[in-house]
Amino acid sequence: MIKHNRLSSEQYAENFSDIHPPYENSTAAKVDANRCLFCYDAPCMKSCPTSIDVPKFIKQIATENIKGSAKTIFSSNIMGAGCSKVCPVEKLCEGACVYNLLEEEPIPIAKLQRYSTEMAMKENWQLFQRKNSTGKKVAIVGAGPAGLSCAHVLSREGIDVTIYEKESKGGGLMTYGIAAYKVTPQFCEDEVNYITSIGGIEIKYNQELGNDISLAELKRNYDAVYLGIGVGVARQLEIPGEKLEGVVDAIEFIYDIRSKGYASVPVGDKVAVIGMGMTAIDAATQAKRLGAKEVTMLYRRTEAEMPCTKHELDIAMLDGCEVIWLAAPQKIKGSAGKVKQLVCSKMKLGEPDASGRRSPVDTGETFTLDVDMIIKAAGQTPYEKLIKKLNIQHSKFKITIENCATNIRGVFAGGDAVNGGKEVVDAVQAGKDGAAAILKFLKLC
Amino acid sequence: MASIESTFLGIKSPNPFWLASAPPTDKKYNVLRAFEAGWGGVVWKTLGSQVKNVSSRYSAVDFGGQRVMGFNNIELISDRPLDINLKEIAECVRLFPDRAMIVSLMADNDKKSWHELIKKVEDTGAHGLELNFGCPHGMTERGMGAAVGQDPEIACMVVEWVMEAATLPVITKLTPNVHSVVPTGRSVVKAGTNGLSLINTIQSVTGIDLDTLVPNPYVAGKSVFGGYCGPAVKPIALKMLTTIAQDELTKKVPISGIGGISTWKDAVEFMLLGASNVQVCTAAMKHGFRIIEDLCEGLNNWMDEKGFATLNDFIGKSVPTITHWEDLDINYHHIAKINQDKCIHCGLCYIACEDTSHQSINLMYGKPYNTYTIKEEECVGCNLCQLVCPVDDCITMEEHRVAPEPINWKQWQERGLPLNDH
Repeated sequence: MIKHNRLSSEQYAENFSDIHPPYENSTAAKVDANRCLFCYDAPCMKSCPTSIDVPKFIKQIATENIKGSAKTIFSSNIMGAGCSKVCPVEKLCEGACVYNLLEEEPIPIAKLQRYSTEMAMKENWQLFQRKNSTGKKVAIVGAGPAGLSCAHVLSREGIDVTIYEKESKGGGLMTYGIAAYKVTPQFCEDEVNYITSIGGIEIKYNQELGNDISLAELKRNYDAVYLGIGVGVARQLEIPGEKLEGVVDAIEFIYDIRSKGYASVPVGDKVAVIGMGMTAIDAATQAKRLGAKEVTMLYRRTEAEMPCTKHELDIAMLDGCEVIWLAAPQKIKGSAGKVKQLVCSKMKLGEPDASGRRSPVDTGETFTLDVDMIIKAAGQTPYEKLIKKLNIQHSKFKITIENCATNIRGVFAGGDAVNGGKEVVDAVQAGKDGAAAILKFLKLC
Repeated sequence: MASIESTFLGIKSPNPFWLASAPPTDKKYNVLRAFEAGWGGVVWKTLGSQVKNVSSRYSAVDFGGQRVMGFNNIELISDRPLDINLKEIAECVRLFPDRAMIVSLMADNDKKSWHELIKKVEDTGAHGLELNFGCPHGMTERGMGAAVGQDPEIACMVVEWVMEAATLPVITKLTPNVHSVVPTGRSVVKAGTNGLSLINTIQSVTGIDLDTLVPNPYVAGKSVFGGYCGPAVKPIALKMLTTIAQDELTKKVPISGIGGISTWKDAVEFMLLGASNVQVCTAAMKHGFRIIEDLCEGLNNWMDEKGFATLNDFIGKSVPTITHWEDLDINYHHIAKINQDKCIHCGLCYIACEDTSHQSINLMYGKPYNTYTIKEEECVGCNLCQLVCPVDDCITMEEHRVAPEPINWKQWQERGLPLNDH
């Protein structure tokens, strides 16, 4: 049965408390900081999509120059605080730490990054000085990681930025699409406020492109436009029964948890989660933490091909989620309009596909799971209707760019809307790249 | 199993580790705890002139996240009444007759004061005397401590007074706050001291509080030069020890080595450079007396591995290996080698060599891991890369002699061979 309010407020608070607690004190941070070898041309830095100078910011913690440390981080990644909580560091910076090659624990880079950036936010250190206004105006669509990152770079260069955001809060997927035990709504709001505190950035909320505003209008009123609109709902399974009550979209499910409060979000007794990406993990673990009795994750390939990291999978496993590998949903059976069973095909691995991963092949055998809720998390799809409406060049509704510029003059794009959905840190870098392209376009650099 | 029993000027102790004259040896309570823990002997904190201490007294230098790399004090000699000290010394000797009890002395600067003090101390049953000619603060202003040790003539005079009265072995402790410890060392040996100990603490300013802008240790808004010790001073102590161990006159008396000894390895190094035993203070002040266990066990295991049955089998063994620069073999050459299987690609060797040495390491870009190799023809064999490499035995220095026959600087000049050829 799907119902909300399964747990006491104390239980919710415990289940959704911070999964990676911060350092208790500066001594603890310094102990870890001093372990850092201060590598040259450091592998951690090279593995960060935003190229944060990790050895430098860690050294600055060791020398108690926390302000300098925070500036080092934010100079490369203005969402460095959020990224320290949500980045899959085990496959990025920490995964590349040279200590791994000594079979030693890597430096807790994310935790150290959190230490400096949270202190900067708490103390409201103003680390960047905005240049005098150039008189140029840029419109950004979407106050997510790409848009905010782009806005901050542009504002620093003296451009007046207006961000149009369809939601009532900024932060994008950071605010609406990531498990609550990684980042709290309050943190997301604080982060947006901290980023925009440089000045020169106005966010207009509840303004949806294609509804409340049009691209033509933006083009007319601004010197350039940046589209950081992200991606939309979860990919459809395209199987019978998908419309039954109890089949939900992982992004919407997480969005509800983030926007409505834990007790208001209904969850089933027996939940199946389709997919094995980060969003699938976030959905499965949170379903369990909302009080679901059984959560089963289904993936059509094996652990070797899964898009989430081992670390993420471990979180789900430790939460008591079951995993069935080589299982593809075939049809959903229901009664009285509600989900009752999920029939799956048993798969086996065949030849490698375009991504280089071995593709799943149907064995012809099936099995059936009794479930009352199905969460779809098999990837996200772009905003097809909007992309069509914008009349912009795209590839499978992912906006096509060349050096961040779309085919429409003066209109730039980046982030998930272009790449189809990657990490927050990738979107931040896309925003920086977009800003650089815009500055060049405006002949300001 | 090797024996680590030690005899210094006839004074026996079950191991060569004495606690140096300092706060840990200030009273019976500490000394008994030290003996119970297993220390071979103590040098009781300096007795003599009457003093008054201040608060605070210590400060330290931390490094790379480690506390107390160097330690600094502005404490004076014992500020307890002399008769209490003497009574407690006698009790400690009675309770632990197998341990060495040396008493450090610093009397007022007249013969009578020294003679009276020596008489009282010898009555305690202690086994030896150590003359504090090294204390660099508080006492120097009154013409004592380092003020004596810094002037070979005054030192000679005081030792002569002491030797007139002393029946116990006398060790003279040297100050490092001089350009060379040898002149005072020679002077006091001539005056008859039975042994030497070194080094005392080095004058220092350990740091400044960046909020108050007052250096530490802090005493009511002021500070003062203190005496520096601990691991940071060990290399300086070893150098000074070597000069005493190599001098024709001073090498005739036994030396007690002091200065930053924290581990059994440190102790072995002091003994290899001529110390017959060693004295420890800062390490005990940081960790407590329990460190004696590993000091003894580590020393014992090392001696077993090397086949040394007694301490005398290795004391002084490295002294002849320290020579003059002009006697070094110029044809000796070694070149760094990076073991690619052990390399963790941290790049520390590369950046050190590239920025500050001889540009002898090649960087082959990789993402995320670069590959580093040695340009053998450029490498001067300086060791820098090996020193900064965080992985044991990853960078090794391999011998590539320039020519088989040895040649030193003097011979090089005589033959008119080319210079500045690198």
